[in-house]
Amino acid sequence: MTTSLRGVLPQAFLKLDPRHVVRAPVIFVVWVGSALTTALAVIHPSVFAWAVAIWLWATVVFANAAEAVAEGRGKAQAASLRATKRDTTARRLGPDGREELVPGSELTVGDTVVVAAGEVIPGDGEIVDGVATVDESAITGESAPVVRESGGDRSAVTGGTTVLSDRIVVRITTRPGESFIDRMIALVEGAERQKTPNEIALTILLTTLTIVFLVTVMAIQPFAAYSGQTQPVVVLVALLVCLIPTTIGALLSAIGIAGMDRLVQRNVLAMSGRAVEAAGDVSTLLLDKTGTITFGNRQATELVPVGSVTGRELAQAAHLSSLADATPEGKSIVALAHERYAVGDGTSADAPAAAGAEFVEFSATTRMSGVDLADGTRVRKGAASAVRAWVCEAGCDVPTQVGELVEAISQRGGTPLVVARQDVGGDVQVLGVVHLKDVVKPGMRERFDVMRAMGIRTVMITGDNKLTAASIAAEAGVDDFLAEATPEDKMRLIKAEQEGGRLVAMTGDGTNDAPALAQADVGVAMNSGTSAAKEAGNMVDLDSDPTKLIEVVEIGKQLLITRGALTTFSIANDIAKYFAIIPAMFVVLFPGLDALNIMRLASPQSAMLSAVIFNALVIVALIPLALKGVRYTPAGAAALLRRNLLVYGLGGVVAPFIGIKLIDLLVSHLPGLA
Amino acid sequence: MSDTVAGLLTIALLVALLAAAWHPLGAWIARVFSDGRHWRVERLVYRAVRVDPDSEQGWRAYATSVVAFSVVGLVLLFALIVAQTHLPLRQGSAGMGLTTAVNTAISFVTNTNWQSYAGEVGMTPIVQTVGLTVQNFVSAAVGLAVAVALMRAIARRGEGVIGNFWVDLVRGVVRILLPVAFVGAVLLLAGGVIQNLSAPTTVTGVSGVEQVIRGGLVASQEAIKELGTNGGGYFNANSAHPFENPNPATNLLEIFLLLVIPFALTRTFGLMVGDRRQGWALAGFAGLLWGTGVALVTWAEVHAASAATGSMEGKEQRFGVWASALFAASTTGTSTGAVNSMHESYSPLGGGVLLGNMVLGEISPGGVGSGLYGIVIVALLAVFVAGLMVGRTPEYLGKTIGRREMTCAATYILVMPVLVLAFTGLSLALDGPRSTMLASGPHGLTEVMYAYASASNNNGSAFAGLTADNPWYNLTLGACMLIGRFLPMLLVLRLAGLLVEQQSRPATTGTMPTHTPLFVGLLTGIAVVVAGLTFFPALALGPIAEALS
Repeated sequence: MTTSLRGVLPQAFLKLDPRHVVRAPVIFVVWVGSALTTALAVIHPSVFAWAVAIWLWATVVFANAAEAVAEGRGKAQAASLRATKRDTTARRLGPDGREELVPGSELTVGDTVVVAAGEVIPGDGEIVDGVATVDESAITGESAPVVRESGGDRSAVTGGTTVLSDRIVVRITTRPGESFIDRMIALVEGAERQKTPNEIALTILLTTLTIVFLVTVMAIQPFAAYSGQTQPVVVLVALLVCLIPTTIGALLSAIGIAGMDRLVQRNVLAMSGRAVEAAGDVSTLLLDKTGTITFGNRQATELVPVGSVTGRELAQAAHLSSLADATPEGKSIVALAHERYAVGDGTSADAPAAAGAEFVEFSATTRMSGVDLADGTRVRKGAASAVRAWVCEAGCDVPTQVGELVEAISQRGGTPLVVARQDVGGDVQVLGVVHLKDVVKPGMRERFDVMRAMGIRTVMITGDNKLTAASIAAEAGVDDFLAEATPEDKMRLIKAEQEGGRLVAMTGDGTNDAPALAQADVGVAMNSGTSAAKEAGNMVDLDSDPTKLIEVVEIGKQLLITRGALTTFSIANDIAKYFAIIPAMFVVLFPGLDALNIMRLASPQSAMLSAVIFNALVIVALIPLALKGVRYTPAGAAALLRRNLLVYGLGGVVAPFIGIKLIDLLVSHLPGLA
Repeated sequence: MSDTVAGLLTIALLVALLAAAWHPLGAWIARVFSDGRHWRVERLVYRAVRVDPDSEQGWRAYATSVVAFSVVGLVLLFALIVAQTHLPLRQGSAGMGLTTAVNTAISFVTNTNWQSYAGEVGMTPIVQTVGLTVQNFVSAAVGLAVAVALMRAIARRGEGVIGNFWVDLVRGVVRILLPVAFVGAVLLLAGGVIQNLSAPTTVTGVSGVEQVIRGGLVASQEAIKELGTNGGGYFNANSAHPFENPNPATNLLEIFLLLVIPFALTRTFGLMVGDRRQGWALAGFAGLLWGTGVALVTWAEVHAASAATGSMEGKEQRFGVWASALFAASTTGTSTGAVNSMHESYSPLGGGVLLGNMVLGEISPGGVGSGLYGIVIVALLAVFVAGLMVGRTPEYLGKTIGRREMTCAATYILVMPVLVLAFTGLSLALDGPRSTMLASGPHGLTEVMYAYASASNNNGSAFAGLTADNPWYNLTLGACMLIGRFLPMLLVLRLAGLLVEQQSRPATTGTMPTHTPLFVGLLTGIAVVVAGLTFFPALALGPIAEALS
């Protein structure tokens, strides 16, 4: 902390420029007070006047330092991003199809360029032709290359990333200087930072408090004059600075920058601070089932034998028939057979192929796959009706139990696969049913429970039918689901929630998600998605991890809590400062007021100076908290309020009594303050 | 029966009466302002003033109506006061100077009822009845209307209109203030308050000094004086005068009348916003402040004096310390301003608490209507600071407190302290106003500050001692009353306009609860800290310095 503070001090002094300070009204009042005090100290020099002047300037410098530290973090990130923005040479395709070499910075919207393996993509765009693997580590930090191809939802490429293989034709979609990287740099640097709605509302409150205290302090002079003793202007300025909410005023912009920064550290880019704030307010979370709540592939979870067939027998047959099946479903059957019945080694080794086995691939017409062994044994697995038809070719001996099992599995939202075998003698037998289902990612239920405690409703969106959706929804523990969802349904749901006064957050990656992403209050686009999606959303997740939405909400809440906590702390501090300064101001006039000097501070001047010093130092002490954010444990509002009121409200009342007393013990040894 | 037992019994009886009235009166007020039908007498009024009672107004139209009605009332009352010496039933009244008339007209239209004249000399019975009593009704009804408009704005979702001012005004008078005041007046009459139009009687007292005893339509004015949290006395001695407040029973009744509507409005609030618990919370908040005020003033007055009976200076023998302290704490906490004892004579601490009750912003429980909206503003402030601490954009009863809402609430909070501190400072700094102070030192400072706090908060009680009937005080106090009444009202209506347009955010476990004891505590903390921080230096040089010396 100290090192980083020392690092930003030069900047903090540069920011003393009144044109900069005036953006924070509270700190600007301190600035004016410092200038006034300094002038007075020059005219009537005294240890006290100079000490107050110096510490008032220190207050402004510390406030600037807080902002500079927060900005510094973003600058480091921006520097590494800027390094990727090398000057590139683009191969632009002319209308006649000829290539010409132009600097990357001259490309504009609509140009098409050719990029081959080993070359850097010169600007943001869409692939119009070709497919390539691209190294996007410059942006995502993820070293594994990703595939980008024309058409579909993976056609967007980002300038500054490198093509590793193949050759693509890219149509540029952004103007120079407005590329994704340019915007990222601007965002993390905070150059485009505008005050968010809540920040503005808070600034209004802080400005009002400042005006109230300004009037209070200005009224003291006639009151004091009437009572028989005017107060030195230095003392009034010191009192004013102690009363106005300097702590939160100094840390407000640092809190905002740090909140954005916390998102960036989790590889999420918020296009505006407003979006981060909205994340804290979200009351409905729309989550795509596939890839977010479930792994996205159906997996075998159960092998149910029928009749006298043993589980191991079924497992062997299912295993055999799936060995050549490279789909995730097939692999999961192989794995389950190994795991439950120790059949095979758990991998799809092609051992039986050597024995002359012939695999039957799955096709949409047969809806079955299987294997014909060299000895004449044939195994088939597939949809119930298809297998039934296959069995009927040889006699239709299907136990009724099979029908019941199939029905039961479908009821629960799973996919039943019937396994049948024709042995060497030609007898056909149904062995049992494989239960395939969408597997919910571990830990999802707990996360949704946390969401519920925070007052957030989770809604699962899926293209599945109602039955399947209901079953997965129940298993995952979401509050509601939208089955057979089309993009229009999604849009309707968002609008309905918003009309009910709820704020909606969602993730999306496809072009057809774009309208919903734009409509949602918080729309997190996956970086792997189309540029339309990224344009529509107000955040981009560089890791393309849809579950991160939950963390985004927590960061939003933490940002608001930090603001509220420091505001409460700042106001609560004033009580102790009054008890330090008011008796010190008037004790000569009314000796009885010494009873209010409950901290027993050494002298009136040391009391006032101690309050001013405490006021300045508390800013420095709270910079780490402003940057890190206050501790946030997901809980209901009542519990959060109780805890934070205790820590920052009561703590804010008590802390300055101790702090001012300790500073007074030191300050009272200064010569000239007796 | 000792004073303590009698005092405690009086308080217990008062609380029981208020509790009994809270439920039905609160519900009745809510019904009056949600009723779709009009009474026949109301229709006559609407027809006479050409208002369509079934059309509603946006906040601008509502605010314009409030201002227009008050301006007309102000001009008429001023004209009446100036012309009173030429009207019948003069009964020897001397009339008023021009600035006094301005001050008085403003005072009664703003529900302040600050009196820089002596009631029995400055006003003829005609003006008392036709001018002042009428304003006692309608100025209270204006406050009530604005509070109800705010409640509607909170309850409604995504609309543009907040009610019809003329309907709210007429219903407030016809269905609430008139019936209750009538019953109150009859009870006061039964208790011994006078009601006559007899000529003044001249008698020779036991000491041989000649004395003029005036009568008047006192009981009818007395009832609405308390019920409408007005406070302007028929007689200079206000409720300390035996014709206005003859015995402990009428005293209790008067305290009850001045507290009953402000407290009942918290229940109306709960009903109108559709969550009764919210009404309980606001009642708890106001009750806590009022109870603390009563306890502090009583403690100070009982223990302040060396006499065994407590501090009796400035108090009536027939009421004693307890009933006087109870009246004083209630009248300063409701912006009424009626007095049954002289606040100037209270101990420094007791007088300080009375002053504190006012600079809290008249929210314990405050005036008719104005108290309720004052409390809601404090709630918005509390919600804003604490709401952030639960990680959401602050919201109150489903309505988001954003930039524009905060601007209204913050400006509201700003108005009163600026008026009080600026004008007190000016009066202390200028030689002219200083010469009219009776006391010097901290007590004198309290006198002046009390006057401006009383005017800016539309209370109207005086810390006597200050000779306020001169142009400086008449005009500056008049300005304080006018700005202190109407600027906050306009801000509240603007706020209502913003809130009514919003949809309502549904409450979840992530929403900060605003009906819990914790929130009531928070509300109290915010109210006390904001007022405390603003006025601590001034109070330190006034009552605190006096108490500690």
